[in-house]
Amino acid sequence: MEKPGHHILSYNSLLGVLVALLSLTALSVWITNFNFGTLSVGVALLVAAIKGATVLTYFMHLKFESRILKLMVGGVFLLFALVIIITFIDYLLR
Amino acid sequence: MDQTNKYTHTSYLENEGRFKGILSWLLSTDHKRIGLLYMNTIIVFFLVAAVLGLLMRIEKMAPGADIMDAQTYNGVFTIHGIIMIFIIVIPGLAAVFGNFFLPIMIGAKDVAFPKLNLLSWYIYVIGAIMGVLSQFVGGGAPDTGWTFYVPYSAESATNVLFALTAAFILGFSSILTGLNFIVTIHRMRAPGMGWFKMPLFPWSLYATAWIQVLATPIIGITLLLVIAERTLNIGFFDPALGGDPLLFQHLFWIYSHPAVYVMILPAMGVVTEIFPTFSQKPVFGYTAIAISSLAIALVGYFVWGHHMFTSGISYWSRWFFSFLTFIVAVPSAIKVFNWVSTMYGGSIDLKPPLLYAISFIFLFMIGGFTGLALGSLATNVHLHDTSFVVAHFHYIIFGGMGFAFFAGIHYWFPKMYGRMYNIKLANIAWGILFVGFNVLYFPLFIIGLQGMPRRYFDYLPQFETGHFVSSIGAFILFAGLILMLYNLVRSRRKGPWATANPWKGVTLEWQIESPPTHENFETIPEIKHPPYLFKKEND
Ligand code: HEM
Ligand SMILES: [Cu+2]
Repeated sequence: MEKPGHHILSYNSLLGVLVALLSLTALSVWITNFNFGTLSVGVALLVAAIKGATVLTYFMHLKFESRILKLMVGGVFLLFALVIIITFIDYLLR
Repeated sequence: MDQTNKYTHTSYLENEGRFKGILSWLLSTDHKRIGLLYMNTIIVFFLVAAVLGLLMRIEKMAPGADIMDAQTYNGVFTIHGIIMIFIIVIPGLAAVFGNFFLPIMIGAKDVAFPKLNLLSWYIYVIGAIMGVLSQFVGGGAPDTGWTFYVPYSAESATNVLFALTAAFILGFSSILTGLNFIVTIHRMRAPGMGWFKMPLFPWSLYATAWIQVLATPIIGITLLLVIAERTLNIGFFDPALGGDPLLFQHLFWIYSHPAVYVMILPAMGVVTEIFPTFSQKPVFGYTAIAISSLAIALVGYFVWGHHMFTSGISYWSRWFFSFLTFIVAVPSAIKVFNWVSTMYGGSIDLKPPLLYAISFIFLFMIGGFTGLALGSLATNVHLHDTSFVVAHFHYIIFGGMGFAFFAGIHYWFPKMYGRMYNIKLANIAWGILFVGFNVLYFPLFIIGLQGMPRRYFDYLPQFETGHFVSSIGAFILFAGLILMLYNLVRSRRKGPWATANPWKGVTLEWQIESPPTHENFETIPEIKHPPYLFKKEND
């Protein structure tokens, strides 16, 4: 396994991420004004997932990690997505 | 058994480290000492919960209220289940034998995060104490069953909050242990030990650790939601507040079905170590066993709905979950075939560990086949919430995980304590346990098929014989347990000295002193061979 070196993100890019996260938070509040019906949970989760991925990539430096770590995190995301999808499909079909 | 003299090295049992006496245990970061801390805690709780089980069986020995009323019975089966599941079998094998032997078997001096390891034990103890407290403070002992189903758990006047918090805290211990093991296995394998040169018990711990890390947070959050609903009246599950009770069942089983694999995978790992040693033959189908652990862990995530067939989930969900339940039986069956084939043609040495391991296969298969009966949609409607289910999960959990624990302790005892137990006594205890177990639980299949509901403190006259026989079995089982524990506890101090490798095992733990030194290895070994290479008799 290659040793990922130390990476320091510039203040500007960190600031950019922060702004992105704050606007996504605003978005998830604003979006509740619309009624997406059965999809409303999905929409909320989608915004949350984008936020989570941003934090992982930049704040937690996943961007600079080895491929195996990226695969592990990706696999975990996939697993949780599937679990949530299966649960909510049950609601749609009931 | 060789009656060798006392060992000359300083073992982990004597090496107290920075602190003396009891503190040298309570503050030790040695993975072996932590393993023993877990083991002793678990044995104490096991005895308590087993006595509770015996009390339930005495109550059901004859119809009517004999020694307790209905509400007391509700409390007793709840705490029996909570202790057995959350305090004993979920940490169980991973925390005891995983802690003790994982580092040794992969050629490391300790786990990756020894302090975190000790912290996990403390979190575990705090959770366990909360569970005990739930019995004595507030509105009476919780009566929801260990499953905490809403709406009842959101309404019951008993002290459900404490029990929920206890399970929540215990979850953290599980997560941290899993994390520790994943990192340990990735980072600390001895030079030369590629993934497929790793023994199979570590493989099973690896699969288990992923479930612990990924599934446990879900139960944590679910229990928090119930707490929020109880205290703040937020409607997650109560339809009157806009919630959905089935959502709880989904969330609960999304964790609790994979948790079943947290219990059984390490158990499979333990017996996988035992069969080659006592057959003096390499394990049959090494790769199949390793990969089937991962397959079980993965598919096991997607079968949770088989606990909800009668709850009103959609037709297609039922179809999907039933189908996958049958799929997950395949990798389990692969393992069974591999164990049997490992023994086939080997030079079999029928010592107590192997007796327990073989009975593990037997009981696990009864549990597994009845699981298929439960996993079929049509039969499930008939069997759900009957004592058939109680019999099924006792065969899996107690017959599987419990017997694997007994197998493991008899296998590794000489390594852990440097002494041998009385083999003859161990054989007798095994016989009593095995007979008692089947007499206790098999009748529950039959009366379950006939309609005896689960979690009832009383029953109709036609179930009398079944219950009576079952209760007799409980006494036999209990006698076996006491005899087994007596033999082991006594031999810890008084047993004859054991050699470093009494069973002629070939994995790394048998190549070091008994009991191991503080650092396990003087020099970290270089691994050149696959893990199960046995020498032929005369070479
Ligand atoms: C000493 C031997 C044991 C006896 C005599 C015993 C007996 C019982 C009885 C009578 C019940 C209540 C069934 C009902 O009315 O629905 C029960 C439930 C249960 N037992 Fe055991 N048991 C023993 C060991 C174990 C072990 C080793 C485990 C787990 C590893 C376990 C896990 C459970 C669970 C999860 C339940 C369900 C509790 C609930 O319905 O909430 N038991 N047991
Ligand atoms: Cu299940």
